[in-house]
Amino acid sequence: MIDALPPGLILILGALLIPATSGLVRQGLVLALPLLTLWAIWLVPDGVQATLPFFGYMLEPVEGSIVGRLFATVFTVMTLIGGLYAMNQARAVELAGAFGYAGSAVGVTFAGDLITMFVFWEIMAIGSTVVIWAAGTASAYAASMRYALVHIFGGVVLMVGVVGHIAETGSIDFVAMQADSLARWLILIGFLVNAGAPPFSAWLPDAYPEASPSGTVFLSAYTTKTAVFTLLVGFPGEQILVWVGLYMALYGIIYALLENDMRRILAYSIVNQVGFMVCGIGIGTEMALNGAASHAFAHIIYKALLLMSAGSVLMMTGKRKCTELGGLFQSMPVTAFCGIIGALAISSFPFTSGFVSKSMINQSAADLHLTFVWMMLTAASAGVFLHAGIKFPWFVFFQKDSGMRPPDPPLNMKLAMYVFAGLCILLGVWTDPLYAILPYPVDYVPYTGDHLVSQFQLLLFAGLAFFVMLPMMKRTETISLDLDWFYRRFFKAIGTEFTVRAGDHRQELEQAALARLGRFVEGLYRHHGPQGILARTWPTGSTVLWVAILLGVYVVIYYI
Amino acid sequence: MSVAAHLPALQVALPLIAAPLCSLLRRPGVAWGFATLVSWVVLVIAALLLAQVLSEGTLIYEMGGWAAPWGIIYEVDTINAFMLLIVAAIGAIVTPYARHTVTAEVPAEQHNLFYAAWLLCLTGLLGIAITGDAFNVFVFLEISSLSSYVLIAASNDRRALTAAYQYLVLGTIGATFYLIGVGLIYMMTGTLNISDMAERLPDVANTRPIRAAAGFITVGIALKFALFPLHLWLPNAYTYAPSAVSAFLAATATKVSIYVLLRFEFVVFGVDIGIANFHFSEFLMPLCVLAFLAGSTVAIFQNDVKRLLAYSSVAQIGYMVLGVSFYSLDGMTAGIVHLFNHAMIKSALFMVMGCIMLRVGSVQIKDLHGIGRHMPWTMFAFVLGGLSLIGVPLTVGFISKWYLILGALEEGGYGFAIAAAVLISSLLSVIYIWRVVEVAYFKPSPHGAAEITEAPLGMLIPTWLLIGANIYFGVQTDLTVGVARQAAALLLGIDL
Repeated sequence: MIDALPPGLILILGALLIPATSGLVRQGLVLALPLLTLWAIWLVPDGVQATLPFFGYMLEPVEGSIVGRLFATVFTVMTLIGGLYAMNQARAVELAGAFGYAGSAVGVTFAGDLITMFVFWEIMAIGSTVVIWAAGTASAYAASMRYALVHIFGGVVLMVGVVGHIAETGSIDFVAMQADSLARWLILIGFLVNAGAPPFSAWLPDAYPEASPSGTVFLSAYTTKTAVFTLLVGFPGEQILVWVGLYMALYGIIYALLENDMRRILAYSIVNQVGFMVCGIGIGTEMALNGAASHAFAHIIYKALLLMSAGSVLMMTGKRKCTELGGLFQSMPVTAFCGIIGALAISSFPFTSGFVSKSMINQSAADLHLTFVWMMLTAASAGVFLHAGIKFPWFVFFQKDSGMRPPDPPLNMKLAMYVFAGLCILLGVWTDPLYAILPYPVDYVPYTGDHLVSQFQLLLFAGLAFFVMLPMMKRTETISLDLDWFYRRFFKAIGTEFTVRAGDHRQELEQAALARLGRFVEGLYRHHGPQGILARTWPTGSTVLWVAILLGVYVVIYYI
Repeated sequence: MSVAAHLPALQVALPLIAAPLCSLLRRPGVAWGFATLVSWVVLVIAALLLAQVLSEGTLIYEMGGWAAPWGIIYEVDTINAFMLLIVAAIGAIVTPYARHTVTAEVPAEQHNLFYAAWLLCLTGLLGIAITGDAFNVFVFLEISSLSSYVLIAASNDRRALTAAYQYLVLGTIGATFYLIGVGLIYMMTGTLNISDMAERLPDVANTRPIRAAAGFITVGIALKFALFPLHLWLPNAYTYAPSAVSAFLAATATKVSIYVLLRFEFVVFGVDIGIANFHFSEFLMPLCVLAFLAGSTVAIFQNDVKRLLAYSSVAQIGYMVLGVSFYSLDGMTAGIVHLFNHAMIKSALFMVMGCIMLRVGSVQIKDLHGIGRHMPWTMFAFVLGGLSLIGVPLTVGFISKWYLILGALEEGGYGFAIAAAVLISSLLSVIYIWRVVEVAYFKPSPHGAAEITEAPLGMLIPTWLLIGANIYFGVQTDLTVGVARQAAALLLGIDL
């Protein structure tokens, strides 16, 4: 029976319980729910496990697949460790939001049809908005609303696409498609909006850093990687994704290098990393898809680790800008150590998880002799080391001494960081468990002489470049403008125009109505003929006027 | 003849006779019990009629044995059997619910009169749906309207009186327009029987009186079902009426008027003449789009939840007529199934507001702070009903939206724009539902709110019954979509 229910439901329903509990019970719940989900995930065999008749269509809410299980596993591990990190510090609302968010992401990975996928997709948008919003600051609230707007827009695009696709093909199956009709283009665009593709990349670095320290950790994991999952299932080998992915990879680096806020640097680097995955999906060979999937797996872990480290710094110091931080390694050794492990992993340093996953994407580009793509990916890899691998730890933990001596964060947060740091190393050294659960058989050996040498060269020179150009890298108090400037300013201008004018107008109308009411009551007492005045009161009369207008319009149109 | 053969007559005659009897029952509890009993029997009759129609096809019942076109006949086919079921089902659920709110909101010495008017209103609505005679429709329209003016005005809130009066004026204009239209048709065809009209009309279809008649009927009925911009009477009437009346009328009165429009446009004027096509596709469709965009936007700014729901009704009416105006099987199905679905959604939401009115004494958003903790069952019903209103999958709202969007996309070209507009309007509904949910669950309760307790079971059970139906028919759509599709095919003259 249990395998006929979507495993994600455990987390979603559990999320509803979290606010009702407190203390030990809540802590137990936070740890038990992901474990239970993980168990349920591995109970689901391949193929459709449950169907639900739904007005003429057969929904497949639970369909086990290799790639789905891979993503579901890492989502759940993320929920477990993220929950451990957050359980004492985060608000109940945030935990509930995060668990609902995670559960719906797991739900997407088991969706056998587009409708189920869409339903979980939308729950995910709600959950993530709640997580941002739970930070409780005014800027978080504003960011959550912008975030919700983008995702609602993406959802609308996706829904129109899904409905159009079903109307065209008559099938609701969620299988590989080609972007060859408007409907399927809309589906692709809907997925890409969530992946942070241009021109909508800006929602991610705009919203994520506004969440609470633990909120950002959760946010980094699910939305973009679920989009990677859906692209992997829905559009493998779609040519355009190669270019979209490359753009994202470079975009992330450039903005991350310009950025001063440490968590925003890491948020830009999410776009960059997802760019690698999207590019891999676009390349579409078995190795590239393996690379995209394994990179998503590894990425969730090290990016969460980096954000946990940054979150700890934020929580203990209250500062988020690189210019205000520095020298923290002295009093926060654990945070610094784990942050550096994460930084090495994201830079694909040998013996870390990034090394064994990302290189598959690069290798597949090389195998297909996509010279330009390979060169750009390699350049982007060097760039990753610059912005995330060195820049983040250097400015936060070393560099000048900021004079602050905050202690390491509480035990549960340290534990969470230890676990993920351990995983980053473990996956890098012992590749078999990860390779075994990839969608296609792996005949890739990451640890060869020339791969190691070339990677070390790359990192060495990138590192050299960083320190040579250090004066230029020092960030001042700047704000980087992004594409979103156009639409945010533009929409804002329009919005102000409308709300202010409409507000004035409404007030005028209200005042006019009140005045009219006042006159009406006065008139009622002054004249003793309420009938006559009532008949003339504006609202009723206005409708009669409308009736006349409609009839007139009808007559005129119909006779012409 | 057995009782079964007289079901069509009993459907209307039973509540009609029961109404004056009810007015004689001076004890409030007894009057309520009697009305409840009648409403249940009416539901049983409606269900039997639908079953009979589905198995045997159209039923024709000659009143007093006078054959059409001279006598009045009741003609029950799939679509009006469906309407009868909607009205009777809502009646059977809201009448038992009404007891507590009516006790709180209507002076005790008027209860017998209130329930008499209630039964008359039920009679009128059922009569409109069942009759096969155009003039008879007018008579029942007046019965239902007059009694609903009384019901609205019965509230303690004195603003209800003005609202009822405004409704009276506008309702009368609508009914008059309808009567002028029927008069013009009678002048040209010499008959008042609807099927007979349909037969004779093609001969005189291209004459001015018929076109004018079509205009008068369309605009008059549009006023009755509050199509934007003729919706002015609706927000006040629903806001200030007693809670039970809001729940009953919101679910039935406008739906029955839409049914009349469908009957006239498609059956009388017919698909072939082209009047209906013109009316819906070119004349009403833009108004529908405006209705749901404007209605939803206005709803967002409301501070009174009943008023908010009323404006949301204006928007939902836009959806129903929009579906019909696509003039395709899917679109028509969407419109008709939404008649049923919206009745369940809106009735449930107004019933929730009745519960809150009873316990809090207000349905202003500012008075609902933290109410989710004091009235968990009530507010959770609101959340589920709200989700259904938004159109979340597994609720009836989703089924309606789904067919509506399918219908829109079939149109191609501008259909995409309309589908997008429908979705935008759904998003607006997310906002106004969220405003209530946010206040109810996430704001601390004000000082002294501790005395607020959960609504009585007599109200919760009917409310949850409807919420359950929202979920049940959101998953099991054979009855609703099946019947709606048959009705749509019947109206469009398509053989399924």
